[in-house]
Amino acid sequence: MLQTAPPHAKRHHGGLIGDQPAPPPQEAARLKKSKRDQTVHPGWLVAPASIWLIVFLVVPLIGIVVFSFWTPVRGGMTPDFTFINFGNFFRQDGFFDPEHRNFLKLSIFITTLWTTFRFTVTVMVVCLIIGYPIAFFLAMQVKNFKWQLALFLVAMVPFWTSYLIRAVAWLPMLGRRGLFNKMLMNLGIIDKPSSFFLYSEFGYTMALAQLYVVLCVGPIFFSLAKIDKDIIEAARDMGASNFQVFREIILPLSLPGVAIGMIFLFVMLMGEFATAVVVYGGKTSTTGTVILNYYATANYPFAAVNAIMLMLAMMIGVFFILRVVDIRKEL
Amino acid sequence: MARWTPRRTRALAVKTGFSIYYVLFIVFIFGPMIAMFALSFQGRRGGTSFPMRGFSTYWWEKLLEPSSIGDLQGALARSLILALVVMVITALFSTMLAMAFRQKFRGSNLLFYTVMLGLMVPGVLLSLGLATLMRQIGIPPAWWSSGLGVHVVWTLPFGFLVMMAVFNRFDSRLEEAARDMGASEWTVFREITLPLILPGIVAAGLFGFTLSYDEFARTTLLSGEYNTLPLDINASMTQRIRPTLFALGTASTLFSLCLIGLFIVVYTILYRRSR
Repeated sequence: MLQTAPPHAKRHHGGLIGDQPAPPPQEAARLKKSKRDQTVHPGWLVAPASIWLIVFLVVPLIGIVVFSFWTPVRGGMTPDFTFINFGNFFRQDGFFDPEHRNFLKLSIFITTLWTTFRFTVTVMVVCLIIGYPIAFFLAMQVKNFKWQLALFLVAMVPFWTSYLIRAVAWLPMLGRRGLFNKMLMNLGIIDKPSSFFLYSEFGYTMALAQLYVVLCVGPIFFSLAKIDKDIIEAARDMGASNFQVFREIILPLSLPGVAIGMIFLFVMLMGEFATAVVVYGGKTSTTGTVILNYYATANYPFAAVNAIMLMLAMMIGVFFILRVVDIRKEL
Repeated sequence: MARWTPRRTRALAVKTGFSIYYVLFIVFIFGPMIAMFALSFQGRRGGTSFPMRGFSTYWWEKLLEPSSIGDLQGALARSLILALVVMVITALFSTMLAMAFRQKFRGSNLLFYTVMLGLMVPGVLLSLGLATLMRQIGIPPAWWSSGLGVHVVWTLPFGFLVMMAVFNRFDSRLEEAARDMGASEWTVFREITLPLILPGIVAAGLFGFTLSYDEFARTTLLSGEYNTLPLDINASMTQRIRPTLFALGTASTLFSLCLIGLFIVVYTILYRRSR
């Protein structure tokens, strides 16, 4: 992005980041040394934030793990160590009993987690298909820097607005008398309103994609914009076709951005629960809604078990994304 | 006028294709909001879907009446206060953290990943963990205590990343020069460092404000007796959905847009001054 920008714009863009040269090595070493002598000890600078994070992030997460082993009692729990909550997560009447109709049925909690995962992956793929070309267009096709910034900001605006309200905004689109049905009827594709949209998998997936797509456009855009245009020019000069340039250069170099975007989406979508209620009418549950339901019925240990399973699933997912793409080089 | 070689023509065709796709994308991400905006002016007898039955500001007026949706004004006030406090804390903490990260120190990696953990942990987990914990200890959750706590956990990584980016490109020689001329540490910070990083601090604060103002999942179980605005909106959805909700949504969205506009203006001014 910077390469294509005219000089004044280049300076302007430094904006958030500033644009000064790094000091030469020897000098840098000297600076570091003198800084250690003079500046405030970093301990004082990080202490408040660290304490805050311990109290409001680390301790609650440890709490979830601890509480999942406690024994639920009426209206609460007692600190008696037990595995029964984990057992209840997996237990299913008649599982693997050939006589029983639940022979090969997994427990409802496993299937809920699986459904959550399935929706998550579907939405991730949809977001990638929709979002990648947008990032590509902004980073590669828009040459004028001011336009690039403006178009990017317009595409990012939804990120700054309430996500709950964006979910609510889907209601007039999807209902039986919603815009989609109206449009399809006017076009003569269907002759009576279909309940295909609201409270359906299709409507839910589409709403989620619309809510979350901006989260993957951003990282992909940044990694595409960082690509040195000279490399592409060199490949062209050596006779590479557009497709070859994309496959051999642009795509591999944009993968870290794709990975970051996908991790973002994966983590947020796995923990999703509000959209399921608004757009899907609570017809299905995600693991998020299961957790809240068990909290509401005061079965805290079981809510904690579901939370742990969700966390495990997320760690596995993030691990696999990182196996495919090594983003550490980028950070 | 450039010659119309086949290559140029094709490049132009590709660009046009992408431009059309971009417009469709914008329609996709803004379409529902625009429909909501239109429906908030639904006539008095209209419902929550098209067609419009006349045009009125009836639902907007209902929005201002005290009893229409819970305690709307109160929720709005709480959300604004919370967002302002989160903004200040986020800007302060992320600046301090990024200043510390200019040098390596013991545990810096661990701290970095802990800050990032706040970004990765789903709101519902954090909400559950802290709410259960507080219940067990016997402290009632409230929007100004536990709510504030988890909001900062969520906004801090964004502010921190912004400030890290600022200091990555920061020219320490300016500070060094001031020090060589005998300026004290505090003077260096006030006269050199602060003016240069001020746009970044504003950006970090903005992240804090908007993310907190819109946050729903993290406050679900932690706001206690009094709701924040997103929770109030959610509560109103369990009743019959009326166009009032669309008016509220539109108002809230417009407010967010004004914030972005204000931010861009402030940021540009500060940025020009810092050069």
